[in-house]
Amino acid sequence: MKIAADRGTCIGAGMCVLTAPAVYDQDDDGIVELLVEDVPPQDAEAARQAVALCPSGALRVLED
Amino acid sequence: MTEAPVLPLHMQRDQFDPVDELGRTRDSGGITMVPSLFGGPPAYLVTRYEDVRAVLSDAEHFSNARTRSFETEDGPQFTEDELEQMRAGQMLAFDPPEHTRLRRMLTPEFTVRRMRRLEPRIVEIVESALDDMERAGKPVDLVSTFALPIPSLVICELLGVPYADRGEFQQRTGRLLDVSLPMKERIAVSRENRKYMARLVEGAKAAPGEDMLGMLIREHGDDLSNDELIGVASLLLIAGHETTSNMLGLGTLALLRHPDQLKRVRDEPDMVSPAVEELLRWISIVHSGVPRTTTTEVEIAGQTIPAGELVVLALPAANRDPSFIEDPERLDIGRGAPGHVAFGHGVHHCLGAPLARMEMHIAFPALLRRFPDLALAVPDDQVDFHTFNAIYGLRSLPVTW
Ligand code: HEM
Ligand code: SF4
Repeated sequence: MKIAADRGTCIGAGMCVLTAPAVYDQDDDGIVELLVEDVPPQDAEAARQAVALCPSGALRVLED
Repeated sequence: MTEAPVLPLHMQRDQFDPVDELGRTRDSGGITMVPSLFGGPPAYLVTRYEDVRAVLSDAEHFSNARTRSFETEDGPQFTEDELEQMRAGQMLAFDPPEHTRLRRMLTPEFTVRRMRRLEPRIVEIVESALDDMERAGKPVDLVSTFALPIPSLVICELLGVPYADRGEFQQRTGRLLDVSLPMKERIAVSRENRKYMARLVEGAKAAPGEDMLGMLIREHGDDLSNDELIGVASLLLIAGHETTSNMLGLGTLALLRHPDQLKRVRDEPDMVSPAVEELLRWISIVHSGVPRTTTTEVEIAGQTIPAGELVVLALPAANRDPSFIEDPERLDIGRGAPGHVAFGHGVHHCLGAPLARMEMHIAFPALLRRFPDLALAVPDDQVDFHTFNAIYGLRSLPVTW
């Protein structure tokens, strides 16, 4: 699975980091960073949940 | 409280529950009209989970910037200049891109990682509040010894409010949020508060410390006007104060009323995070956040709303929408309630959420472990809910152990 993170839209709420710490991080400015290019299957569900929870709509699932 | 205004529907509660009428509105048409708090025109009250999320994630059609909160029937209380000055730095009073600019300056201070670094200091503050409770001896008021001082000390320290000012500061914040006070008095308090903040900012500019205000001045001193710094500081102090405090008080009461769940929070470390989320959802201390103003004609819940109308969001009703979560009236700390809107949603989603979560995550289990036999010290039906407040809470919570 691949995720797209729009750093221009992110408001740094950190929901993604709390939900799927293996997939998302925040840089020094608090803006989302992807830790992996391909989300491994064991993290896919958490990664997908983070997409749904992100308050700013900065995250998208690109392909499964 | 003789002249207290009648509470609009979205602020009415029966103990922990939004009143039945609110649930009925949500489960029938989804929208109803409510009088707005400040004597302004009536507002559209949005109650369903999906609709609330849709409004909150659409800043283009639902504007924060166009909503004026201090207009009253007695005519304008502030000059235009004063209003502009008061708005500066108040993230909740702007839309993107002005909002984005302010928010971007502050996000680095509230990352999950930054909060983890704060953890040891929060643990100290919590432990020292518990020591004070123990020293005072039972029964004590949990609100004034635990729920209020913890978030207050944390945010004062984050921002660099001198210790000596904290008592006075706490009192003023309480009055600022009390909607039963006459408008004139609220305006006077808000002027006092501004003066205090101006002094704080002046001090920080002269000698920027290691705190958040110091950091903002060092890194963004050239981009931020004095008014903006004052606005940011006021918003953080107020938003960071009563909110977490009310969650600590109400959350403890909720757990005392659900002893099985209390035990799990006390004894099972893995239960704490989901419990905090479920308590946030079930209690929903913020009745509605900031009213939005429609920028064009829009449709919500099948109803057409013209441009320029006020829209108010019933967060507690949304958080108990059966289409969002099963058996919504039940407190069930095991489920963790992902997706609740207690922190809002969209670009204004609570900036302080990581901090508030961290504080609750430390404070609840610490309290329950220090006093494993914690119990109410008054009959259950005599607990004093603080109804006339922009943020739901308790006036006091006498406990014993
Ligand atoms: C349990 C505690 C808290 C709750 C339930 C809460 C809830 C909320 C809600 C619902 C909003 C959105 C309001 C709206 O969209 O109209 C919000 C925004 C905000 N909160 Fe919190 N909050 C809490 C704690 C805090 C803390 C500790 C801080 C700061 C240290 C804080 C700072 C803010 C700020 C600055 C905003 C405005 C963000 C923006 O406009 O981008 N909050 N909060
Ligand atoms: S949850 Fe969304 S807004 Fe928050 S940090 Fe992650 S990407 Fe950014």
